Amino acid sequence: MNVLVFLIPISLSLGGLGIWAFVWTLKSHQYDDPSGDAARILAEEE
Amino acid sequence: MMAACPACAAAPAAVELAQANSTLQISVPSVRCAACISAIERHLTHVQGVVSARVNLTQKRVHILTDLPASAMVEALKHIGYDAYPLDARALAQNVDLEGRDLLMRMGVAGFAMMNVMLLSVAVWSGASGATRDLFHLISAMIAIPMVLYAAQPFFKNAWSVLKVRRLNMDVPISLAIILACGMSLFETLMGGEHAYFDAALSLTFFLLIGRYLEHRTRSAAHSAAKELAALEAHTAELKTEAGSETVSIDALKVGDIVLVASGMRVPADGFLVTPEGVTDRSLLTGESEPVSHTVNDQLHSGEINLAGPLEVRVSAVGQDTRLHQIARLVETAENARNRYTSLADRAAQIYAPAVHLLALATFVGWVIWGLDVRHALNIAIAVLIITCPCALGLAVPAVSTAAISRLYRLGFLVKSGTALERLSEVKTVVLDKTGTLTSPDFSFDLSDFASRDLSIAKALAQASAHPLSQALDRHLESQPSATLNGPREVKGCGVSGFYGQIPVALGKADWLGAGDTGLCLKIGDHRHALPFQEPLRTGVLEMVDGLKANALQLEILSGDNEAKTRNLARNLGLNKFQSKTSPEGKNAHVADLADQAQFPCMIGDGLNDTVALASAHASIAPGTALDAARNAADVIVIDDTMEKIPQVFAISRKAVALSRQNFGIAIAYNAVAVPIAILGYATPLAAALAMSLSSITVLVNAARVGFEK
Repeated sequence: MNVLVFLIPISLSLGGLGIWAFVWTLKSHQYDDPSGDAARILAEEE
Repeated sequence: MMAACPACAAAPAAVELAQANSTLQISVPSVRCAACISAIERHLTHVQGVVSARVNLTQKRVHILTDLPASAMVEALKHIGYDAYPLDARALAQNVDLEGRDLLMRMGVAGFAMMNVMLLSVAVWSGASGATRDLFHLISAMIAIPMVLYAAQPFFKNAWSVLKVRRLNMDVPISLAIILACGMSLFETLMGGEHAYFDAALSLTFFLLIGRYLEHRTRSAAHSAAKELAALEAHTAELKTEAGSETVSIDALKVGDIVLVASGMRVPADGFLVTPEGVTDRSLLTGESEPVSHTVNDQLHSGEINLAGPLEVRVSAVGQDTRLHQIARLVETAENARNRYTSLADRAAQIYAPAVHLLALATFVGWVIWGLDVRHALNIAIAVLIITCPCALGLAVPAVSTAAISRLYRLGFLVKSGTALERLSEVKTVVLDKTGTLTSPDFSFDLSDFASRDLSIAKALAQASAHPLSQALDRHLESQPSATLNGPREVKGCGVSGFYGQIPVALGKADWLGAGDTGLCLKIGDHRHALPFQEPLRTGVLEMVDGLKANALQLEILSGDNEAKTRNLARNLGLNKFQSKTSPEGKNAHVADLADQAQFPCMIGDGLNDTVALASAHASIAPGTALDAARNAADVIVIDDTMEKIPQVFAISRKAVALSRQNFGIAIAYNAVAVPIAILGYATPLAAALAMSLSSITVLVNAARVGFEK
């Protein structure tokens, strides 16, 4: 069971990474205009 | 409406150098797709003086960073074919939805924590034992406890606030289950016990936060759309100054100020007419559909619409002294009564919460008497609390109302209040206002039995007057050539007279021409012809009346207008209950009478005279064209002119309530299976997790059915 010494920290840090990414999307206003963002990917870049 | 910076408008090139620091918000209802977004943004950023422009498709708004006035931006948008309406920044208040973001953050945190703890739990469920199990439980505790303390705060706060006033709602058993699950699991972990419910505590929090967030999102969409309707109205007045005129906020007006009211605009404050004469439309205030003529020093109320030439009004009351404010005070009292309505969820909680707490207590006492040690008995009792599916019960109503409110939103209705659907589903009688709700304040004439010569004379007379009725008649006789008259002369407030050849002719009020009755009359020589006219029905009203009848609702008309017109309209719509010349207080009293007869009245109205009744009725609906105060008082606002869809509001809310009850049934059925198992002590954290997820998903899927078309 020694492998747990690595696996547990890895799984915890992956979870932490997920949370960090979620907080980042929230802080950078990515949920303010969901339908607009969905439409924007269809627009051609200028 | 103009931002007061004429220098900027005159020299737009200079603006780009200076840092623009004001954000304009402009509503663009017709923006639909990616092409619209790029067209608008590209066009606006190329306008000199605009620093940046960004479209928000969800809200259908453009945020523009610029020092240019809003009217210039509206002009620029019109140029590329988009109708735009500047929004009053003050009425919008803060744009960012802080509460929504807060809930979303808690939901995300609970979700991630749940996933991690669930991973550890799966290992335990698959047979980890001894030191490994204790370690996994300990790590779960370290993740779960701080996360629950953070994420479940909305439930704790809610539960505490109702407990303080000695009441119960759904948040009380939820909070108790979360806290006890964590506390008991922590104790078991430290004692090296077998069962820990950290995953249950977190998934309970996560599922319920999803429900809470969805509920908040639909409600805030309705709120921001309602705020947008308010922000479309200019809260400014044209103040007369020595130099001409100046745009000021209505709040800044003082008694004695002279304000200018352009044609077609609303009178901004109560006051007296300074201009020798004027004509206004009072339909929003009193329900009278005919324009009212005024002479100098007549009292005007804020909200009347100027129909003729520009007016000057001397302000006589501001703020708290206006008629509008008096009505607002009555509305407040009426709304307090409505806030006492107990929602379905609260009624369920009032039965469920004591029942489940007593059950857990009885289980504990029972096992102790049976001879089990206190620690095990407590474990079983807490498992009962966790497994009774507060999750499914907590989601039963919000999930359905969220689905129903978003469906109504797509149909063009804003539902502002959380309990509105339940109240609407109980309605038996619908009380309808006349002017503005059933009819437009415009006129249509029935001139089928008039000779062509008479019509020509009527048209010529009508053209000589600026009175709105004359103008409507002129428009109606568009294809008719007008006769040549000698010396047409307007008698203010009465009508027009003149000579057709040698014959004296006149068009005007029936009592002025000696025709006795009220209404409009054409006099040629000694012959008097009544000119029958009526207000046109709003589009969709006939379908609405049929639909409401099909939903087994009683209909009544309650109007501030005169009896003849009200009776006429009632007959046309096939309704036999109507009341005319009703004051705002009278409408309120009538609605209260209906409530006493257990008719659960729903008021549909648009004017200031309906506002108190809108607030005191069991439920209420206001058209989007209604006065600000009326929209604020109503539960549901019809955004587009889709009156014919109003019956669907009742149908959908009835379906929503039926589905909510069904959801309670589902939750109870789950309990009937799971609770005996828990009481007997066979519940495991795995069983709790399964019961919770399955019941929540069933309830959510059932709720989604309200969104489907039949």
